[in-house]
Amino acid sequence: MEKFTTLQALVVPLDRPNVDTDAIIPKQFLKSIRRSGFGPNLFDEWRYLDHGEPDQDNSGRPLNPDFALNQARYQGARILLGRENFGCGSSREHAVWALEDFGFRVVIAPSFADIFFNNCFKNGVLPIVLDAAKVDALFKAVEATQGYELKIDLVAQTVTTPAGNSWDFEVDAFRKHCLLEGLDDIGLTLQHAEAIRAYEARRRAEAPWLFN
Amino acid sequence: MAGKTLYDKLWDAHVVQTDAGGTSLLYIDRHLVHEVTSPQAFEGLRMAGRKPWRTSSVLAVPDHNVPTTARAAGITDPVSRVQIETLDQNCAEYGITEFKMNDLRQGIVHVIGPEQGATLPGMTVVCGDSHTSTHGAFGALAFGIGTSEVEHVLATQCLIQKKSKNMLVRVDGKLRPGVTAKDIVLAIIGKMGTAGGTGYTLEFAGEAIRSLSMEGRMSICNMAIEAGARAGVIGVDETTVEYVQGRPYAPTGDNWDLAVASWFDLHSDDDAQFDKTLILNAADLVPQVTWGTSPEMVVGVDGRVPDPAAEADKSKANGMQRALDYMDLKPGTAISDIHVDKVFIGSCTNSRIEDLRAAASAIRGGKVAANIKQALVVPGSGLVKQQAEQEGLDKVFVAAGFEWREPGCSMCLAMNADRLEPGERCASTSNRNFEGRQGQGGRTHLVSPAMAAAAAIAGHFVDVREFG
Ligand code: SF4
Repeated sequence: MEKFTTLQALVVPLDRPNVDTDAIIPKQFLKSIRRSGFGPNLFDEWRYLDHGEPDQDNSGRPLNPDFALNQARYQGARILLGRENFGCGSSREHAVWALEDFGFRVVIAPSFADIFFNNCFKNGVLPIVLDAAKVDALFKAVEATQGYELKIDLVAQTVTTPAGNSWDFEVDAFRKHCLLEGLDDIGLTLQHAEAIRAYEARRRAEAPWLFN
Repeated sequence: MAGKTLYDKLWDAHVVQTDAGGTSLLYIDRHLVHEVTSPQAFEGLRMAGRKPWRTSSVLAVPDHNVPTTARAAGITDPVSRVQIETLDQNCAEYGITEFKMNDLRQGIVHVIGPEQGATLPGMTVVCGDSHTSTHGAFGALAFGIGTSEVEHVLATQCLIQKKSKNMLVRVDGKLRPGVTAKDIVLAIIGKMGTAGGTGYTLEFAGEAIRSLSMEGRMSICNMAIEAGARAGVIGVDETTVEYVQGRPYAPTGDNWDLAVASWFDLHSDDDAQFDKTLILNAADLVPQVTWGTSPEMVVGVDGRVPDPAAEADKSKANGMQRALDYMDLKPGTAISDIHVDKVFIGSCTNSRIEDLRAAASAIRGGKVAANIKQALVVPGSGLVKQQAEQEGLDKVFVAAGFEWREPGCSMCLAMNADRLEPGERCASTSNRNFEGRQGQGGRTHLVSPAMAAAAAIAGHFVDVREFG
C-alpha cells in the first residue's frame, strides 16, 4: 500500500447525497479478477453518455459534459468532495480501487457508509469526515474558485483551505499509523498468531461444534 | 452494572485482544465466499505466500454471475466464466468446500448458509458482500466485508474491528393480514433513512419480530445494511433452534444439546442499555412500495408519490427531484396507478420457500397482465427450487405466465443476462433500487413477494389486502 502523509491537490465537487457503490463502479466491471484498471470506468454511467462494458476502449466514448469529472477545470483533481452517506450500498472494494486508480487519494464528505469507509484505508485512500456546514462551504468555494486546492496533512490531521483556514479531522490511531507507514495489516495481525491460537483452543473447549 | 445487549455478548465472545486505542482483533467462525469479491483476495494470499488459516471455516458458492437458464450448457459470457472458473480453481487449490454451479445445493450465498446450517447462532459470520447482515437473524454477528478483509480473514481468521453502537428497533403488536417482514423493514428504513443506522448494530425485537418465521427474520436482517447498519441481529428462540436442527452443518448428539443450551442465552438482557431506540407499531403498517432510487424513498401502497416542493431541506428536495426524474414519476401519482413492465421475484431478501409460497398464493389463479414483458421467479437455491417443485409452486407460476429459473442473484443486480432495459419499470422483491441497479436506465420498485406477484397479475401496483 502506498504511504499517505500530506497532499495538496485540486478538489472536484460531486454534489449528490447517497452516492452508492453501484454508481461509483457499475456491476458489469466487477467481473474482473484483477485489482487494477477500474479508473476509466469510475462513475461510468454518469461520466459517459453511452453504455460501457468491460475490456472496451474507453478513449473514444462520448463524455457527459455536465458531469464534474469531465470538466476541464477539474482535470487532475485528487480530492473528491461529496455529500452525506458517501459510498453506501455494496461491499465492493472495486469502488475504492476505481477511485484510487483514477487518481483520488482523499474523499471528503459529511458522512460515509461503514464498509466503504473501511475499504478506503486498505487502499491508501483517506476518507475525511467534516461537518455538513463545512462541507457546504467547501462546495460553494470550489464551485466559485477556478483551481481550488486543499492541503491535507494526515500527521497533523488538518484540512487547510487556500485562505489559510485550517480544520481538524478525526482519524482512528491504528488506521492513521497504517496509512502513514503504508503497512499491510495482515502482517501486523499475524504477529499475534499465538494469541489467535490461544483463543481458538479456549473456544474449541467451550463450543466444539464451531470447529467442525 | 447494566446488562448486555445481544451484540455485546456476541462481540465479547469473539474478541481475541483489544489494543489501547480500542481496536480489537475479532475471531471469525464462518467465512462465506463468492466469485465476485474473492479473486483478488486469493491472488493477494498467493502473492504473499500465505495459506488460509482454517479452511473448514470457509464455504464457497458462485451466485452473482451464474446464468439462470440452460445451466448444462455452461456460461456463455466469457468474462463471467473466467470469474467462476477462478473461484473453482482457488477452492480446489486451497481445499475449500464449494457448491459448484451445477450442485443441487448451489444458490445465493445468504440463502445457502442458513439452509445448510453453516450459519449457527452465536457465530461470527462474514462474507465479501454487504447483505451478510442476513445471517444476524440467527443471533449471529454477521456483516459484509471488502476484498482486502476477505484476504485478511482467509489469512488470519480474524478481522481488525472497532465495536459499534447498539440500536434497538422494536416492532410492537401484531401485523395485519397481507403485511409481511419485507414491509416491516421497508417501513423501518423509511423512518430511519439509509444512513440512520450507520455506526450501529441494529437489534430487531418486539412481538411482531418474534412472531416471524426464520425466513421473515432473514428478510429483515438482510436489509439492515440498507439502513446503513453493517449488522442486524435477532435474539434466539424456539423458532431459531427448530430451524437449525437437522441441517447438514448443524451440530448433532451431545454437541447439539450443549450448543442449544448456550444459544438460549443469545438475547439482550432485560436491563441492557441501547444507545438509541426506535419503536414501531405493527398494526400501523401497510404494504410498502418504494418510489425513488434509495430504499428510504418508500410509501404505503395506499399512498402517493411525494412532492419535493413540500420538502423543506433543499439538498433532500434536490435528491427527491433527481429520483423522480430518473424514475419518470410525477408528484401526487397514486402508487396503484403505477404500471410496471417487468416483475422479479428472487434475491437474498425474498427467494426462500416461504417467499415463493406467498407469491404463488397471491396469484389466485390469475394470469400475468398483457403489459408485463417478463415475470421472473428465481429461487434462492437448488434446494428451495426442489422444495417448491415438490409443492407444485412452479406449476402455479408457469401456468400464470411467469418464468421459472435456476437459482442465483439474477436480476437483483443484473450481472448475468437477466436485466432491465433502459426505461423499463420493475416490481422487484430485491433490496436495492439504486440507479441502474437492475440494468442501466432501469427503474426499480421494491416490494414484498405477494405485492410483486399481485402487480404481475394486475399490471400495476395493487394492495394485496384487497386483491383477488
Ligand atoms: S441477491 Fe442481490 S443483494 Fe443478494 S447477494 Fe445477490 S446480488 Fe447481492
